Amino acid sequence: MASTAARRHAPIYTGTRIPSPIPSVLKVDPALREDDDILEVNFGPNHPSTHGVLRLIVELNGERVEGVEAVIGYLHTGFEKNMEQKTWWKAITYPERIDYLSFQINELAFVLAIEKLLEVEPPAKATWMRTLLCELSRIHSHLIWLGTGALELGAISLLWYCFRERDAVLDLFELVTGVRMHTRYFQAGGLAEDIPPGFFTECRKFADMFPGRVDEYEALLDRQAIWLERTKGIGLLSAEDAIALGQSGPVLRASGVDWDLRKVEPYLAYDQVDFDVPVYFNGDVYDRYKVRMDEMRESTRIVQQCLDGMPEGPWIVDDRKIVLPPRHELHTSMESLIHHFKLVTEGYRVPVGEVYVAIESARGELGCYVVSDGGPKPWRVKFRAPSFVALEATATTVAGSLVADLIAILGSLDTVMGDCDR
Amino acid sequence: MSPQPFDSIKGFAVTFRQIFKKPITQQYPEYKRPVYPRFRGRHRLWRHENGLEKCVGCSLCAAACPADCIRVVADENTADNRVSPGERYARIYEINLSRCIFCGYCELACPFDAITLEAEYELSEYSRDDLIYTKDMLLAPPVKRVPVADRELYDTPQPVWKLES
Ligand code: SF4
Ligand code: SF4
Repeated sequence: MASTAARRHAPIYTGTRIPSPIPSVLKVDPALREDDDILEVNFGPNHPSTHGVLRLIVELNGERVEGVEAVIGYLHTGFEKNMEQKTWWKAITYPERIDYLSFQINELAFVLAIEKLLEVEPPAKATWMRTLLCELSRIHSHLIWLGTGALELGAISLLWYCFRERDAVLDLFELVTGVRMHTRYFQAGGLAEDIPPGFFTECRKFADMFPGRVDEYEALLDRQAIWLERTKGIGLLSAEDAIALGQSGPVLRASGVDWDLRKVEPYLAYDQVDFDVPVYFNGDVYDRYKVRMDEMRESTRIVQQCLDGMPEGPWIVDDRKIVLPPRHELHTSMESLIHHFKLVTEGYRVPVGEVYVAIESARGELGCYVVSDGGPKPWRVKFRAPSFVALEATATTVAGSLVADLIAILGSLDTVMGDCDR
Repeated sequence: MSPQPFDSIKGFAVTFRQIFKKPITQQYPEYKRPVYPRFRGRHRLWRHENGLEKCVGCSLCAAACPADCIRVVADENTADNRVSPGERYARIYEINLSRCIFCGYCELACPFDAITLEAEYELSEYSRDDLIYTKDMLLAPPVKRVPVADRELYDTPQPVWKLES
C-alpha cells in the first residue's frame, strides 16, 4: 500500500513555475471592445442549466465568449454563522444542507472535526458504515450531475435513468436513517442508531445492480456522435492551471493529476478497502465525465467491500458525557436522566482548540475548519467549499469557447450553488 | 472526429430494451409506497391508556430543536383539571411545521416518549398559518394513513421511542 502511494504522488507537479495569478474573471480585450460589437448577456440567475442560482455576465463576440464574470451569493444563507449559535449537537444538522447533493460527506467533515477536538475514536462498525454511506452519497451526487449534465446537452432520457438509480440510493438512506436526505445520522462518537438488519440485503441488491446500470449510461452516451462532439476537446484545463487554481476532485483528476484525499490522507476505512483512483489526461469535459463514471464504479466496489467487512459491535461510543444515554435507562436511572437533561439543554463541551479536517467529497477537497473556545457552541466554523473553488476555473476553461459550450463546461465543473454561497 | 452512426445503435438498444421492462413509475396518490419504519414524518403526541397525556410540559423538545419551531407553555395540573399524570402539563404545545427540518431531535430529547415522528408526509396546506400544528391536531390520530414497511425486517429493536408503550 505504502509503495503504491509513494509511486502515485511523486509526479504531482513537475513544472517550473505555477502560473500566477490565473484570472478567475475573463476580461474582454480592450482593442476588441472598440471595433467589434460586444454583446453583454446575462446568463442566469434563473437559468435552468446553472445548477442553482448562479449569474454569469457573459460578453459575446458573435458566438464566442470573450468575457465572463460570475456573480454569486444568491443562495447565501449564513450556515456557518448559524452553526455558531447552536450547540455542537444541533449544529450537526447544518452542514448537510450546505452541499445538498453529497450531504452525508458534508456531515462527516463536521463530525470528524468534533471528534478530533474531543479526541474520541468511533467504534469500527461506525467507521465502516460511515465509509459506506459516504460512497452512496458520492454515487448520488454523481448521478445527479450526470443526469442534469446530459440533460443540458439535450440527452433528456438519461435524466430518467439516473433518477431511477438515485431513488434507489435515497431509499437506502430512508431505510437506515429515517429520511431521504439531510440525515444527521453521523453523531459525534459514532452513528445515531444501529444498522437495521434489512439494510444489508437491500444494499447488496443495489450494489449488484448498479455497475450494469453505469454500463447502460455509457452505452447511451459514450458512442453518440453528438455527445462526443459536444464534450471532447471542450473546456480545456491543463494540469498546471488546475493546480494553480486550487482545483481538486474530478476536475483535477480529469486534468491528469493523481490526487485523491482518500488515498493520500486516508480517513475512515479507506486504507482498508481496495479501490482505484481514475485519472484521465485531456482535461476536457469528456474526461471529467469519464472520471465521474469510473468513480461511480469504484464507489460501488467500496460499498461492496464495506458490506462484506462490516464489523459487529457497538455503533457509538459509550461515553455519557457526549452520547445520549440509552432510552430504557431514562426510566430507571436517575443519573442517566440527569445526563440526558444536561446533554439536551446545554450540550457537551468541546475542549479548546482549532482543527482543520479535509476529506474528499464528490466535488473535491471539502475542508472543515472549527475553532472551539471550550464552550457548548462552536466559536467559529468555516467550510472550504469545493464548488466555490471549481467555479474559479470557469474563466480559464471557457476562454474563447462558443456560448453553447459554456453550458457544457459549467456543467462539467459540477458546482452546487448552495455549497458555493453557503 | 468522425460521426459514428453504427455505434449509436448500441445506445438505441438500451432504449429499445426498456419497452419490455415493467415501468418503474408508481401511480402516486392512488398507490403509496410503504415508508420504512424509521421514516420521520409528521409529529404525533401520545396519550397513556387511561387517556392522560404523556407530555408533562418539560420543554426539553423545544430546547433540542435546532429550528426553534416548538413552543411549549406549561401549566400546573389541578385536582379538577388533570391532563397529565405528573405535576405539570403542556397548556400550549405548538409545532411550526413550516420551519421543522424533521431531524427527529425532539423525539430523542423527550424523556417520556410523548412525542414521536410518524409516517405521514403529505403536509401541504393553502396557508402558512395552517402549518402551525396545535396540541389537539398533534394528539389526534392521523387521518391520511401511510403504509409502513415491515418493522421486524427494517428496524432494530432499539429505538424504543418508536414502540407504542
Ligand atoms: S423534528 Fe427537529 S426541527 Fe422538527 S420539531 Fe423536532 S426537533 Fe424541531
Ligand atoms: S413532548 Fe416530551 S420533551 Fe416535549 S415538553 Fe412534552 S414531555 Fe417534555
